[in-house]
Amino acid sequence: MFASCADPASLHGLNWLICYLTSGSHIAFYWSFVTVLVLLAVTAPTALAFGFAGAVAARSPVWPLSLLGRTYTAMVRGIPDIVFFLFFVIALDQGIEWVVHQMRCPDWTEPVRQGLEFRVCPEAKMPSGNAAQIWHQIYGFFLAVMTFALVFGAFVSNVLTGAMAAVPRAQLETAESYGMTQGQVFRRILVPQMWIYALPGLSNLWMILIKATPLLFLLGVQDIVFWARELGGTKTSLYAFPHPDWRLWYFLFLLVFYLAMTRVSEIVLGRLTRRLSFGQATAAGEAQRKAAA
Amino acid sequence: MKKLILTTAVLALAAGTAWAQQTVRMGTEGAYPPYNFIDNATGEVAGFERELGDELCKRAELTCTWVQNEWDSIIPNLQSGNYDTIMAGMSITDERKEVIDFTQNYYPPTASAYAAITADADIKGGVVAAQIGTIQASHVAESGATLLEFATGDEAVAAVRNGEADAVFADKDFLVPFVTESNGEFSFIGDDIPLGGGIGMGVRKSDTEMKAKFDAAIQSMKDDGTLNTLLKKWFGEETLTF
Repeated sequence: MFASCADPASLHGLNWLICYLTSGSHIAFYWSFVTVLVLLAVTAPTALAFGFAGAVAARSPVWPLSLLGRTYTAMVRGIPDIVFFLFFVIALDQGIEWVVHQMRCPDWTEPVRQGLEFRVCPEAKMPSGNAAQIWHQIYGFFLAVMTFALVFGAFVSNVLTGAMAAVPRAQLETAESYGMTQGQVFRRILVPQMWIYALPGLSNLWMILIKATPLLFLLGVQDIVFWARELGGTKTSLYAFPHPDWRLWYFLFLLVFYLAMTRVSEIVLGRLTRRLSFGQATAAGEAQRKAAA
Repeated sequence: MKKLILTTAVLALAAGTAWAQQTVRMGTEGAYPPYNFIDNATGEVAGFERELGDELCKRAELTCTWVQNEWDSIIPNLQSGNYDTIMAGMSITDERKEVIDFTQNYYPPTASAYAAITADADIKGGVVAAQIGTIQASHVAESGATLLEFATGDEAVAAVRNGEADAVFADKDFLVPFVTESNGEFSFIGDDIPLGGGIGMGVRKSDTEMKAKFDAAIQSMKDDGTLNTLLKKWFGEETLTF
């Protein structure tokens, strides 16, 4: 990065450290933090959407829809995350390639499965073999986001189903007596009021999601855990910057990072709880009303 | 946002398929110096196999790009098509030949060695660390010692330092820098043990055409002596050559 870093062997002390911490591999390490933050930023709303859809489906009076919603939560919640992660990413990847293969290469005669090999025509490779490595990474990241969202969506769905059931029946009945349709009751009364009941469960899930991001490493995404292990390992003199086993320090840094992330989340979620309690028919809402009076 | 990324991705892929010549994706572990490792100055794949692979691609007139993959899943991911070749210090063995094909070897049959902190470490009945899924790990399992497997070779060496294992068993070339730079902490014990049929490039069984191209390229490097020069550069003057 700096011109003075061109010859690492001649550097000592602080200069060495500055050059070491700004080397190409460390820049990749810092970018992997961005990867994790983007994953959180994209996965959380997606999982919320999946969960909301699941909860609405599970409550639906239409039986097949309700069955679909309940199966989704029961299945995903009942399978260990890691198993689901390992299975689903391969299944999704091969599923997409198989569909594209059927569309783009109708004349292909060789079987897709040859023994242990999974071989689709070159036009169906996702991403194309010619695409730059960055597209392969984005594609892998996309698969990871889908998997995370699907797994966490199932938990969200369960939380939201409970929250919808927790909204006092009297509130809904009042709305009905005003002549609102079922859709209006749902949109205007049920959904706005359920969040305060959902929040403890959702904040729990958010914390678990933050702590589950190292699973990216399992999915082949080069995340912070990958780089911490890679950079921390013993580097012999073959490397530009040799050093002994520093994994302890790198993992300590990750530990601090995750603690900071969860601490900030706690503060934000605490504020959100206070805000959502305002005017609600809950103990916290009642306490706020009394304090203000 | 995701839709946007996806749309752009699909567009990029559609554009990509227009080229006739496919890029060959070279899979490697990136954690096995001096064969292959991530240069910690640049963050790129480097090492003997990087240099050799680039030269082979040039001779075979192929466009190549390097992809890193965990050692543990390197064969399954070749089969599912995440990349097209494996150059990761992988010895040619009969077990592996059942699932993938190899080019002719570009590194002569290797010597493996035990390294330990104490000279009287029990390599026959003690705890020996090795990298998972390597020929060394199978050898330890058959030797009667208790096998302790690790995802990377580096972690296997660290296990000896931490006292988890009595000795580590790995390719000698991999262990040499650890031993020589440990200031006498580590030493080789016992004799070197020849294992495997040399190191070759792993390819899918169905990729016969590409395999032939790389075979020819390796042969041409053996014939004009450039492979030997490269071997000496990375493994020292005393290394085995062709």
